[in-house]
Amino acid sequence: MKELTTVTGRAVSLPDADIDTDIIYPARFLLITEKKGLGAYAFYDRRSDPGFPFRENDDRPILIAGPNFGCGSSREQAPWAIGDMGIRVIIAESFGEIFYSNCFRNGMLPIRLNGQIVEALRLRAEAGDTITVDLASQLIIAQDLPALGFDIAEDRREALLKGWNDTTRILALHGDDISAFEATQRRTSPWLWQRN
Amino acid sequence: MALTLYEKLWDAHVVVQDGDGKALLYVDRHLLHEVSTPQSFEALREDGLTVRRPEAQLAVADHSVPTDDRAGGIADPQAAAQIALLERNCAQFGIEYLALDGPDQGIVHVIGPEQGFTLPGMTLVCGDSHTSTHGAFGALAFGVGASECGTVMATQTLWQAKAKTMRVTFTGTLQPGVTPKDMALAFIGTVGASGGTGYAVEYAGEAVEALSMEGRMTLCNMTIEAGARTGLVAPDARTFAYVEGRPRAPRGADWDAALAYWKTLVSDADARFDREIVIAADAIAPHVTFGTSPDQVVAIDASLPHDERLAKPMRYMDVHGGDTLNGLAIDHAFIGSCTNGRIEDLRAAASVIRDGHVAATVRALVVPGSMRVKAQAEAEGLDKLFIDAGFEWREPGCSLCVAMNNDRLPAGARCASTSNRNFEGRQGIGARTHLMSPAMVAAAAIAGHIVDVRKVLA
Repeated sequence: MKELTTVTGRAVSLPDADIDTDIIYPARFLLITEKKGLGAYAFYDRRSDPGFPFRENDDRPILIAGPNFGCGSSREQAPWAIGDMGIRVIIAESFGEIFYSNCFRNGMLPIRLNGQIVEALRLRAEAGDTITVDLASQLIIAQDLPALGFDIAEDRREALLKGWNDTTRILALHGDDISAFEATQRRTSPWLWQRN
Repeated sequence: MALTLYEKLWDAHVVVQDGDGKALLYVDRHLLHEVSTPQSFEALREDGLTVRRPEAQLAVADHSVPTDDRAGGIADPQAAAQIALLERNCAQFGIEYLALDGPDQGIVHVIGPEQGFTLPGMTLVCGDSHTSTHGAFGALAFGVGASECGTVMATQTLWQAKAKTMRVTFTGTLQPGVTPKDMALAFIGTVGASGGTGYAVEYAGEAVEALSMEGRMTLCNMTIEAGARTGLVAPDARTFAYVEGRPRAPRGADWDAALAYWKTLVSDADARFDREIVIAADAIAPHVTFGTSPDQVVAIDASLPHDERLAKPMRYMDVHGGDTLNGLAIDHAFIGSCTNGRIEDLRAAASVIRDGHVAATVRALVVPGSMRVKAQAEAEGLDKLFIDAGFEWREPGCSLCVAMNNDRLPAGARCASTSNRNFEGRQGIGARTHLMSPAMVAAAAIAGHIVDVRKVLA
């Protein structure tokens, strides 16, 4: 997985609440079985809306989003598509839980902050200011604002900073623990191990 | 210490605990479908990994399958390729695949329970947000992304943060014509589309205990629409009766041992929940959504709100503050999906038909949730009732719940739907979805407009 340490750049503002993953990545494109190059389909049915905030060849790596961003379907095409547009950090008051988890699997950092702070950052985004998100120090630096701290689970922070692969890491660190668990479960819950 | 059901299920699956309130959680079962797994298998190949327990996985195609005549194959080459890829991946990694033309195909959340693949007490995941459905059996079940599907296949585990707990107690008894779908919509309307975020929800109370397994599945299925990944109902005699004898359910001594354990899967009487919500089931009327988020919902006889914040979704839906949905003309009706595509849903819809016929202005689809549901319905003669009344009787699949197969609605079309999401474009670009119960959809199909099914049944 691609590492994420510090992200600096301008930000896209998309303040609507409840932007679901069907809006982010319309279902008809789920027939595509690749995970690369999906940015072409991101927000496909919103692109002609007046005020649609993304641009052609957008080079802004931060998205300031509305509450409950990424709710709905678990489709990982949503973060793949947003990531393919160059977004590395998404800041919102709240996220759909599955979308939130999926971001971490793809070298993207979702940050939850209270609504007033998100609003202040949205104004900076719309002014075209540069924003810096530093994962190591867990700080957001934006013009005219005090340095803003944010929370993130320690294991997720470390995984992003180091670009770890969750699957191979579990096997390397906990392969024996898993085998031990399975041996116990086979004894205590044998019905989970019978194939009918 | 007194524990909630969620905590008991959690504790039973902790492989390793970290210091941060997280656990490496053992995943007993994984359901696969064609849409969320191509990239999961690709990740296994890239990392040179195998599937740890192929027998703990079960695959079926549902999302992209056509639901009209399938005898001639799949016309859409992209859908055909996606389904063929699932079959190939399963063959390569040793996973059982329920064939599209076989007797067990169906929507992943319908076939899991009916196969006895879903059991009380287990952890179960699927690359689909409606995996919450399986919580109806007292299983800890939640939706995951494609990357996590790969991790589960390779390790049979996932790192998870423990959720907060919420109990939703439905007191009293549902009125005639009011269904589990209305309970779900009433709950979502109460807490909002993100009100459940961070929680595992347990449904309890007399009205929940009185529900069939199908009804409990509908309720748990919709939990994700309140933002919570997990919905639960404590297993009871009804649960055990449903599971017993299913193709993959335990038998003999295994059954006895399992049953003894399953009976312990209840929240302790003095267990504490982080949040408690009480809803009077008696007071719930049939519910219908009016906006583009499942929490934008009202009782059929209520007026739509005047609220500037709802201007955008109400403009999309072409509905107006002060109106009621009663009488609003529809063009399409859809009965099916992982929410309401089970036998009891089809019976409820069929019971509304009586001597009626689908209105001339309406196209109505009935899409059974699985081949087994379809066969059961046909054995009961429901197919004939539907067909004679002007409904189309289809093959199992996700159909009009997700506009990625050949069932899609045109822009501006208004649909009474038993599905789970009224998102913009969910049933087709620019299409308008009103979520409601199967009985309400059938009644609307016949009337040509949204009606209060209680008046039809009276």
